[in-house]
Amino acid sequence: MAFYVVQFLTGLASAASLFLVASGLSIIFGVTRIVNFAHGAFYMIGAYIAFTLTERLSGAFGFWGSIVLAALAVALIGVLVEMVLLRRIYHAPELFQLLATFGLTLMVEDLVVLIWGPDDLVGRRAPGFKGAIDFFGQNIPSYDLFLIVLGPVVLGILWLLFQRTRWGVLVRAATQDRDMVAALGVNQKWLFTSVFAVGVFLAALGGALQIPRDAVHHAMDLRIIVEVFVVVVIGGLGSIVGAFVAAVLVSELNAFGILIFPKISIILVFLVMAVVLIVRPWGLFGKPEAAARKTPGLTVNPWRPLTSNERLASLAALLLAATLPLFAGNYALTVGSEIAIFVIFAVSLHFLMSVGGLASFGHAAYFGLGAYGVAFLAKMAGLPMIVCLLLGPLLGCMGAAVFGFFAVQLSGVYFAMLTLAFAQIVWSIAFQWVSVTGGDNGILGVWPEKWAASPSNFYWLALGVAALVTVALRVMVFSPFGYALRATRDSLLRSEAIGINAKRIQWTAFVIAGTTAGIGGALFAYLKGSVFPDNLGISLSVDALVMVLLGGVETVSGAVIGAIVYKALNIWLVSQTDLSKLVLGGFIVLIVVVFPKGIVGMLEMLAQRRRKSSPPGSPLLAKPIESAE
Amino acid sequence: MSVAPTLLAVEGLTKSYGGIHAVRGVSFSLRAGEILALIGPNGAGKSTCFDMLNGQNKPDSGHVRLLGEETTGKKPREIWRMGVGRTFQITATFATMTVRENVQVALISHGKKLFNLFGSAPNFDRGEAGRLLELVGMGGYADRPCGELAYGDLKRLELAVALANQPKLLLMDEPTAGMAPRERVELMRLTAQIAKEKAIGVLFTEHDMDVVFEHADRIIVLNRGTLIAEGSPAEVRGNPQVQAIYLGEGLLYEGGHREGASA
Repeated sequence: MAFYVVQFLTGLASAASLFLVASGLSIIFGVTRIVNFAHGAFYMIGAYIAFTLTERLSGAFGFWGSIVLAALAVALIGVLVEMVLLRRIYHAPELFQLLATFGLTLMVEDLVVLIWGPDDLVGRRAPGFKGAIDFFGQNIPSYDLFLIVLGPVVLGILWLLFQRTRWGVLVRAATQDRDMVAALGVNQKWLFTSVFAVGVFLAALGGALQIPRDAVHHAMDLRIIVEVFVVVVIGGLGSIVGAFVAAVLVSELNAFGILIFPKISIILVFLVMAVVLIVRPWGLFGKPEAAARKTPGLTVNPWRPLTSNERLASLAALLLAATLPLFAGNYALTVGSEIAIFVIFAVSLHFLMSVGGLASFGHAAYFGLGAYGVAFLAKMAGLPMIVCLLLGPLLGCMGAAVFGFFAVQLSGVYFAMLTLAFAQIVWSIAFQWVSVTGGDNGILGVWPEKWAASPSNFYWLALGVAALVTVALRVMVFSPFGYALRATRDSLLRSEAIGINAKRIQWTAFVIAGTTAGIGGALFAYLKGSVFPDNLGISLSVDALVMVLLGGVETVSGAVIGAIVYKALNIWLVSQTDLSKLVLGGFIVLIVVVFPKGIVGMLEMLAQRRRKSSPPGSPLLAKPIESAE
Repeated sequence: MSVAPTLLAVEGLTKSYGGIHAVRGVSFSLRAGEILALIGPNGAGKSTCFDMLNGQNKPDSGHVRLLGEETTGKKPREIWRMGVGRTFQITATFATMTVRENVQVALISHGKKLFNLFGSAPNFDRGEAGRLLELVGMGGYADRPCGELAYGDLKRLELAVALANQPKLLLMDEPTAGMAPRERVELMRLTAQIAKEKAIGVLFTEHDMDVVFEHADRIIVLNRGTLIAEGSPAEVRGNPQVQAIYLGEGLLYEGGHREGASA
């Protein structure tokens, strides 16, 4: 019994930090409507700076002073980020904001390693809380007890701040209707900046307070951010009490999940989140949101099928790409195959995201399922390659059918979070179900048969499938189904009023996108000869998002260009520099701020401008590998 | 016209929120080709009533029948399939698509081709889409992005979309709200003309009394959730109860029309 009590208290102690970070995220979202992916990064910097300060400043005063000082310093960094970056993108679609803050996270990860090195840093114990208290033979660190008390205290302070101060009243007003607050003469700029500073302060404080409990390392940001997203989504975006309750819930689920279901402990939390989202889509303490801003939030030119000239140009580009094996070496061909596979992956997400307006943050799940599907069929059933390639993606299809059914019940940020949760569930199954998936060791030895084994043959195979998939999806954009899908994206109200079952249309699109991603994954398994849980991890999902946005979310086929540029750049950067994340992150931020329409969107804009100045003879637009219907 | 069949029969429609009776025992009927206006001051229950007809809201009790078939409890899209077109108070259109594509989506849905993955939508029923656009005077705008249209044109586009499934009944929620006086008259004249030609019943709510008295064949008046008057424009105009409610509004223009409203 005592053991369970101690386990419960440990859970409560973990909840404190989680609550601090989550409440910060919630406050920022409430006012600025930005889902701050970089929140985990601020948490991490808080821990690192606190570590450095506590090493320098001695004594109890030095330690506690360092914690507060670190949080303040990070808040200052937050202010800088807000003023320089976020102010430029408050009016951008929320997806772009998420992406920009993700780019920031990437940059911070490399910067942290650059400054503090790649090793784990073990911090000082807290003065006054070094010992442990005996509880019926079980030890409880006294620092844990401190944290258990701290959580409710911070909740109380925040409550006072929001209920009793002028600033708090303004923040609450802005959370309800920020335009009205601006109309009443409140300086919105500084309100946003101060809110961001408070949010970041809380995140950094959460990080700094972790150093006596946990080693500081450069991957702690992603771990916390996923958990914080879960907390905020369960509690309700924008609700501080919700953040507290959900932080406790999640921490306790973690603490007891390990005891009861050691195999699926990670799944447990995501399962609870999925259930909450389905039953109460806006979280336990959240309020139903007004309709979220549409994914393609900027002006959209009506889409049109390619003209015959453009079709010829696309075909020429495809043929040109097909000549690569004539002059390129094996390495280049392998890179080419990988790029072709990522084109498949990117266009599949693009179909869901741009055409359907459903931004999935867990699209890698279906890519990975396709890969695992192939691995199972090839290794366990010993089926021939062509059969595996055809049947493997079905696993992605089935996954998309099951998860998609629930996901399309939601929209906007909540849709994104639910898809992320599902992807995490799939990932943890792949990671923990060692007897079937091999866990972390993956499944090895999935090699192509002789006819596809040479790099050039495999390249042609990948290129051919990529071209086929791209054309098929493009045809679908201009099919009756494509029109219906775009209709549900533009106006749910009108769609339902003209007899369209929007959920079924979206579900179908989800399954199509998932199956297509699975095709990419199937090829990927053969390219690499192996399958790992990483093939369905978060970072791969984010890669897909970046590729789509880079190409241009409002274009019909920008994802193709986005995938080529991003993947090529990625592979090249990794080979050139140790700071690939820094460069890539900077690149992403730059894209969002300077070219929000993406590469193809920008080209189209330029072409249009030229067309307007010289009406006759439309200039050929460089288009990727797409060809005639 | 008096021999036209009853299109829409509403019986004892009731809805309350908490202790507030938004709509109490409202009954009325509508014949094919008839234009019926539903009016009443703010908070009278017009919108609640309207939403129960098109399936966005479920009544606590009462029945709505379309050509004898029960529609209560059905979803908006199912009611549309029974032959009810509708326009919204604040227009709802597909902003990133062209005017023609907006109509084509409705035609695709009407033709039950929504799950056709490999057909060509740009060529889908172009002729019918063109005819519908011509009908509402939008023929010249077919290739314009819908997001660029002026508000009055959006309203006309909505009308074209609403006509795409050859409806028996049109539900129009404040069809002329937000329009210039001249456009209002044009839109309602157009609606009336189409309704007579195709024997479509039209039910509309409206705040502009000029529009109501000019174009409605019959008027029903709601106040505090109950039906207080029903009849021809002249009868309703003469009803003292209605006058009491509307004192200070358009009804004081006895028999006259404002500038621009007269034929």
